[in-house]
Amino acid sequence: MGRKLLLENLDKPEINTIDGYIKYGGYRALEKALKSMTPDEVTEEVKKSGLRGRGGAGFPTGMKWSFLDKSTDKPRYLLCNADESEPGTFKDRLLMEKIPHLLVEGMIVSSYALGCRTSYIYIRGEYMFILRILEKAIAEAYAKGYLGQNILGTGYSLDLHVHPGAGAYICGEETALIESLEGKRGNPRIKPPFPAIAGLYNCPTIVNNVESIAAVVPIVNNGGEDYAKIGIGKSTGTKLISASGNINKPGVYEIELGVSVEEFIYSDEYCGGIANGLDIKACVPGGSSVPILPKDLLFKQSDGSPRLMTYESLSEGGFATGSMLGSGGFIVFDEKACIVRNTWNFARFYHHESCGQCSPCREGTGWMERVLHNIEYGHGKMEDIDLLWDIQRKIEGNTICPLGDAAAWPVAAAIRHFRHEFEYHVKYPHRVFDADHVYQPEMKMQTV
Amino acid sequence: MPKVTIDDITIEVPAGTTILEAARQIGVNVPPAMCYYSKLKGSGGKCRVCLVKVTKGSDKDPRPMPKLVASCRTTVMDGMEVRNVTSPEVIEARRGVVEFLLVNHPLDCPICDQAGECHLQDLSYDHGLSKSRYDFERRTFERIDIGDKIQLHMNRCILCYRCTQVAEQLTPERKHGVLYRGEVSEISTFIATAVDNEFSGNMIDVCPVGALTDKTFRFKSRVWFTKPMYAHRNCPTCSGKVALWYQGEEVLRVTSRKDKWGESEGFICNECRFDKKNTSDWTIEGPAPVDRHSVISQNHYELPYELPVNQKKLSN
Repeated sequence: MGRKLLLENLDKPEINTIDGYIKYGGYRALEKALKSMTPDEVTEEVKKSGLRGRGGAGFPTGMKWSFLDKSTDKPRYLLCNADESEPGTFKDRLLMEKIPHLLVEGMIVSSYALGCRTSYIYIRGEYMFILRILEKAIAEAYAKGYLGQNILGTGYSLDLHVHPGAGAYICGEETALIESLEGKRGNPRIKPPFPAIAGLYNCPTIVNNVESIAAVVPIVNNGGEDYAKIGIGKSTGTKLISASGNINKPGVYEIELGVSVEEFIYSDEYCGGIANGLDIKACVPGGSSVPILPKDLLFKQSDGSPRLMTYESLSEGGFATGSMLGSGGFIVFDEKACIVRNTWNFARFYHHESCGQCSPCREGTGWMERVLHNIEYGHGKMEDIDLLWDIQRKIEGNTICPLGDAAAWPVAAAIRHFRHEFEYHVKYPHRVFDADHVYQPEMKMQTV
Repeated sequence: MPKVTIDDITIEVPAGTTILEAARQIGVNVPPAMCYYSKLKGSGGKCRVCLVKVTKGSDKDPRPMPKLVASCRTTVMDGMEVRNVTSPEVIEARRGVVEFLLVNHPLDCPICDQAGECHLQDLSYDHGLSKSRYDFERRTFERIDIGDKIQLHMNRCILCYRCTQVAEQLTPERKHGVLYRGEVSEISTFIATAVDNEFSGNMIDVCPVGALTDKTFRFKSRVWFTKPMYAHRNCPTCSGKVALWYQGEEVLRVTSRKDKWGESEGFICNECRFDKKNTSDWTIEGPAPVDRHSVISQNHYELPYELPVNQKKLSN
């Protein structure tokens, strides 16, 4: 049984209220940080912990904080990115829904470390019910004197607001989030300047994921070094994984980074194996935008050692043999899943969510979706597969924000590892006409 | 002052200059620009045709940049080395972007008023494929009038956002913007409100394609049959310095003067643009300089004209 830092008290009664939260050790980090630590000491602990951004990119949080421009006298802002829209990811939802005070406490401690007087939680529009939960939690914190003027008599003041988006995936990109929060169209900005220099209202801004901010609480409570003891190498601490797909026990699991992928899928503590006694075909380990991994690469790295649930191990070998930990949206496909259909579904999502600002993403995502739709529904041509490859290659890296890459990678990986399924679709159009068609390996032998 | 090397040519430029501006100062192998407009704040970075490869970040930090960067929005650093036409990767990416731009752009150049002075047309001649690989239905829109003088034909729009920036920065209130998202996003007014202010006509000049056209000129003539002349008048609202496009004795349209990169030298008001179409309204300065390779110079300027006044302007 691995250590749990965030979801330890998940099942405790009334953990969603401030009294319940305090009963199980809540707001200790707040008192410790504000009363006995300087802001720089808090940042130092986060650096020591080796915490990496939990939103997907895995950038070290402490290092991100140290980029904040403290030379100006402009106000600084901390924004919490609760626009969790990546298909397959639902970890922040659980955290905010069940233990909202963990996020509130994390926001206060992090804002103190960064010297912010106003902080925002930007939550996706579809999480309206969580917005109310958070607002209730914030009101309770104000009533207890944990927020507002002169918190706990320390002279530090902070206002915390929750702001809902209107339901756009792109607003999870940090600069688009800032634009949206400013009341504009959610188009990503062109970087540089980075938000740490000129972000919200042109002031220095830090944007962190919900889970990263929540992780600051145990880091301050137990010290950064204690947090860094968990995990392997540069992947420290625990991570929430949203497991879904054809597994026996879908749900959110807190794992110590370094658990092997095989254990995560087959142990009863986590996913509990593949549903209906089938075999696994492939897995998307980090949310829809990361490359898909076939069975033979999922459990073993290219050098034969077991693949672990860490940032490094999952991305071992680049995209040729690896993927990414991403935001932890772990989607498992059993042998009956159709990879082409799944890739089309992802492409459809990115087509729908492209903001339309830069040309490769605006035009390319729609094009890929249409070609994939043709292949999936039996109207594909052999050269369409190469065309898809060419389109994704021309989107990747040429766009303003990472949405272009996110749209290109799943298509690239599906063609790289499952080209035979695409060819099967083209060769046997009548067979794939059924909605629940499955790729049958023996068909590969009877080539035309 | 930082020194930057673009395609092995070194130039010294003031700090804060973008790679594209530095390349324009060199004057050869300039990256194309569809959305960047030096006179409009915040323009650029969207169309991605000006992508270049930075092989050396600066003297201080010589690491190359991991991705291709938009040259119009990346400022030069001392010792930076940039590859534009000498990098096959850049050419390949640019071809890709042009193909994406043409995915939903109708190739109706034969009936488009912009033909002959269209940046996308030039770009597709340089980088486009002769055959489209996109065999799906294109997005189509109804034409809408924004104001009584301007027509918007969204089918041709490449969403460069220049016209919304004109509205934002030149006119007192912005009445149009971008609706929806992704490939169905469109430039539009708020419930067909007319864009009605004295500088709205500049939207036509900044549009790189034929999406925004002058209704007083539509279908009157091909641009290469008209002859541009520089002229000025005492205008109370704008500089009054314009280009008149003649066919015979008749002024078919009035535009602002365009520099070497197709950008307005000075924005003009709607009165000059739409209402002053008689030679008697203007003091003629002489023929406008036209690039030797432009289709507009066909049949008109066999010899390059010497224009002391305007030559000076161009060298600035």
